[in-house]
Amino acid sequence: MPMPYYVSPEQMMQDKAEYARKGIAKGRSIIAIEYVNGILLVAENPSASLYKISEIYDNIAFAGAGKYSEFENLRKAGIRHADLKGFAYSREDVTARSLANGYSQSLGTIFSQELKPLEVEILVVQVGHNGQANEMYRISFDGSIIDERTFAVIGGKSEAVQALLKEKGLTQSPELRDALALCITALEQIGNQKLSLESLEVAVLDRTRDGRRFRRLSSADTRQLLAT
Amino acid sequence: MKLPFLPNHDDPSFFDFLIQHHPALTPTGRSGFLQAQAAAEPIRGAGSISVPQATTVLAIKYQQGVVIAGDRRATEGFQIAERRIEKVFKIDEYSAMAIAGAAGPCIEMAKLFQVELEHYEKLEGVQLSCEGKANKLGQMVKANLPMVFQGLVVMPLYVGYDLKRAEGRIFKYDLAGGRYEESDYHAIGSGGKDARNTMREHFLKGLAEPDALKLALLALYNAADDDVGTGGPDLVRGIYPTAKIVNANGITDVSDQQIRDIYDGVIATRRSREN
Repeated sequence: MPMPYYVSPEQMMQDKAEYARKGIAKGRSIIAIEYVNGILLVAENPSASLYKISEIYDNIAFAGAGKYSEFENLRKAGIRHADLKGFAYSREDVTARSLANGYSQSLGTIFSQELKPLEVEILVVQVGHNGQANEMYRISFDGSIIDERTFAVIGGKSEAVQALLKEKGLTQSPELRDALALCITALEQIGNQKLSLESLEVAVLDRTRDGRRFRRLSSADTRQLLAT
Repeated sequence: MKLPFLPNHDDPSFFDFLIQHHPALTPTGRSGFLQAQAAAEPIRGAGSISVPQATTVLAIKYQQGVVIAGDRRATEGFQIAERRIEKVFKIDEYSAMAIAGAAGPCIEMAKLFQVELEHYEKLEGVQLSCEGKANKLGQMVKANLPMVFQGLVVMPLYVGYDLKRAEGRIFKYDLAGGRYEESDYHAIGSGGKDARNTMREHFLKGLAEPDALKLALLALYNAADDDVGTGGPDLVRGIYPTAKIVNANGITDVSDQQIRDIYDGVIATRRSREN
């Protein structure tokens, strides 16, 4: 009987990680950034109907980079997780932290046990209200979870975008208009091309709203916002 | 692929998700199966438990949409169980539901229906159509059938603004989940018949909003006059029926002050008749 080839666990993990990273880097970047009244999410997305950013719950939004079918599956599971918790307990008991932990567990298990890791990187953000701070969690294909401050970037050349935003040295949360302009500049600079507003997917978690705080901004909305 | 540590399900319905994965959270509870069996041999359990009953609620169409209103009383036998119960619920931006029957399960169904619609909207990226929402509620009423044999009746009255047709719509249900659309007005609950009698006399097609609201409150007043289960305006405690208006601009609560003003007028008229 032929012996199966021996592959060291270390090598196997490295190969998987490399495979996942390649898949994620192929796409475009998504930025989440805190502004005065909440959190702004901006993604480069040529499709007007296949979303990368979406609502999870009253204060929580989701963004996914990498393979669409895979992060879409994660998004739906997240909505189920949140709605179930909110129904069984109460709406205020649904937290981004608990959801991010679920994602981390799930991605970590798949990475170590399945042949093919998920080629995704996701963001779970929660806008704080009544004086609470915002929360932003970045979760990678291997389940590693990073608690971000001020801004977070996933997908594409995320490190370059991150470095660029860091350079700006944001000390306090900008106005929505300035935050949006900053994101567009960063994406344009890294992508080395001018972006039309139609090719952007923009959404906010606005703490001044009641109930469901997630809102999409259409290209008409963003144009109006940038013109002021 | 299945995701470990996260809830997996293939369907955009939250209700189906609960039935399959968390039956203890559904209105029929974990013992839904046993209750279904009990349903096969009816009567035995019927009416055996006494729970607060919510009573009269109604809806009236007007030119731009629908008015939906309800009294505030819940009764348990000959006792008043609750004086300020809310029976009219906002379900989403363009629809509302009012309930009659066992108060607890009624409120639970309204809450579940709210989550159901929001869940669908988030998963699918679009809202259900007005018709789709009404049908979904019918399925939920049907699923509650085993509880009916236990004496826990839930009767919804559903109103929505149909954005495609640009009109308000009213749906009533039967216990088996049958769904019927009403073209003008409807009332359910113990005082439903009395409320319908009032509306029948005064209803006109294409009422203006203030007139429709006034008719709704008058119908509730008359129902409270003839039916012990229905609560009228409680002038001592300042408790008044509640009403919501659903139209193209979404759903709005009618303010307490506005309702109080209308009742002041109704009561003044009635009092003048006595002299």
